[in-house]
Amino acid sequence: MERAFNKSRLILWSSVALLFVLLPFVFPGGFALSILSQLGIAIIFALSYNMLLGQTGLLSFGHAVYFGLGAFVTAHAINFVESGVFGLPISFMPLVGGLAGLVFSLILGFVTTRRPGTPFAMISLGIAEMVAASALMFTTFFGGEGGIVTNRTAGGAVWGISYGPQVQVYYLIAVWCFISMALMFVITRTPLGRIANAVRDNPERTQFVGYNPTRVRWIMMSLAGFFAGIGGALTTINYEIITAESLGLMASGNVVLMAFIGGIGQFWGPIIGAVLVTFLQSFLSNFTQAWLLYFGLLFLLIILFSPGGISSIITIHAPVWRAGVMKRLLPSYMFALWAGFVTLVGIIGVIELLYRGTLVVGVHVAVTWVFAGLLVLVGAFFLRRAIRAVAQVWADLTPELARWS
Amino acid sequence: MELGDRMNQHALALVDVRKRFGQTEIINGVNLEIVAGERHALIGPNGAGKSTLFNLISGRFPVSSGSIALNGTDITSKEPQVINRLGLSRSFQINNIFPKLSVFENLRCSVLWVLGYRYSFFKRISALRDAKESAEHTLEMIGLENRREKMAGELTYAEQRALEIGITIASGASVILLDEPTAGMSRSETDVAVELISRVTEGKTLLMVEHDMGVVFDLADRISVLVYGEVIASGTPAEIRMSKKVQEAYLGTAVDGDEE
Repeated sequence: MERAFNKSRLILWSSVALLFVLLPFVFPGGFALSILSQLGIAIIFALSYNMLLGQTGLLSFGHAVYFGLGAFVTAHAINFVESGVFGLPISFMPLVGGLAGLVFSLILGFVTTRRPGTPFAMISLGIAEMVAASALMFTTFFGGEGGIVTNRTAGGAVWGISYGPQVQVYYLIAVWCFISMALMFVITRTPLGRIANAVRDNPERTQFVGYNPTRVRWIMMSLAGFFAGIGGALTTINYEIITAESLGLMASGNVVLMAFIGGIGQFWGPIIGAVLVTFLQSFLSNFTQAWLLYFGLLFLLIILFSPGGISSIITIHAPVWRAGVMKRLLPSYMFALWAGFVTLVGIIGVIELLYRGTLVVGVHVAVTWVFAGLLVLVGAFFLRRAIRAVAQVWADLTPELARWS
Repeated sequence: MELGDRMNQHALALVDVRKRFGQTEIINGVNLEIVAGERHALIGPNGAGKSTLFNLISGRFPVSSGSIALNGTDITSKEPQVINRLGLSRSFQINNIFPKLSVFENLRCSVLWVLGYRYSFFKRISALRDAKESAEHTLEMIGLENRREKMAGELTYAEQRALEIGITIASGASVILLDEPTAGMSRSETDVAVELISRVTEGKTLLMVEHDMGVVFDLADRISVLVYGEVIASGTPAEIRMSKKVQEAYLGTAVDGDEE
């Protein structure tokens, strides 16, 4: 039983590796490569964040601190390599970033992990503010407003890898992303990983089975800092410039969104979040200046209707799939999808009309307004019914599904 | 050390233990000795300080004054995990489990420290045969084999009660403290629990708080009576039953009645 399970896991991970290898062949364009590179970095960052939130129960508002510090240290390390202070192939620079992240999270985590819950969240916010403020004060290290500029081709070509072409950078990111994903997954299956879950569930009881929950939180935070630092290093290599923005509150908030949108209950949840958020940020911003508003709306919808994120929507359907009753849900889902689509079009209409400042009086403007408003109303009317219909089918299915969960 | 040798012969020895919360003294000068290998019940009316005393012994709260020794080692006001590593394990009156972990994981987490795995993140947990076997052994003992993969938070109350005891005994601690193990159970569930407790504490030292006098007289070798933060009597069940002082303290309520 266990063996068969491991076999399927091996197949899964091999497919992921294969996907990473093949993606640039499927999407060879410059824009696609740059998006793919960002995705890899975002995945590492989001997964490292979930070591805190999903696995240890620590809601941090300052995780970008370790990402950013890893990035800055890497930038300086690359510049040292360029000026000949020491030699290290660029391919191993992520280790430098990781170690920097580890050291800083060891130091800062020692202070912040004393208390879980709200105190931890508040202290993490304070640390994030403090580091962001220092970034503008210590300009030698952080480079002030302009940041630190590096040259990723500094080390020269090793085995023909110069990191001139973006595709080489993509593969560097892909390799480190895969290694980080695998390591972070393995950590969830170790004594520490399990005890972290126990600390998340009930820190007090862990003390009565011999564990020091503060120590568990501290180690988990340090490991999370290590992987965040790897992500930071890859950002430096990818963009060849790093500014204080990367360790600021915006960046810290972003990873919270990724984790929640993807879902913190499953290991792979934040991967979905990282992919989705990165895509939205890259594509949506091309179409409309109001993209942040849509982004906020998405977050709101997820928190309201599926607090477990997208991954929980997937996992609750696993028993439905096993029981073979998916087709009974489909009609109500199609109905909801249709009603949701109508509502969405209406909402987009209203938002864009507002955003583009078309409050000019005119016949066709008025018509557009009325039409958009009508869509929202009609859509919302049917959406309410659709949601009720979905809930009804679920209620009918529940007794049958008990056997399959 | 001023604790003297008197403490060395006992699994647990409390000398003049006091606990104040603000102005109120909840525990005022408790002296108590638990002989290694005995089953000892702590009884007394509600608010007598039984649970507080448990919290002091297990390190959940620091004492205000006095000293506590476990197998001759001073554990006064030490942190809970330190006391646990010295061989004392306790359960809680209100279920205190890991609700989102499976029943099996609850038990496996409870043996990891004692098997020496500490904070390891280099070993695969599924490869730790001893941890698996130990957890499975406890699982069988508490009769939850068919709930193995269920989330602990989804168990019935009585099952969670059994798991609570399972987590407590899993590590093989030599001194076990059970805080009202049969609280909220029906008659038949209580009978099962008594049988379980007597089985799992075989060869160990047990100190338990219990309201159900049937359970107390079934299980206990010795009984101590705590009233208003003081131990007013200590002795065999027969001695306690006869004691005038105890009868006075329980004024109007029969000793073998249930004083909820």
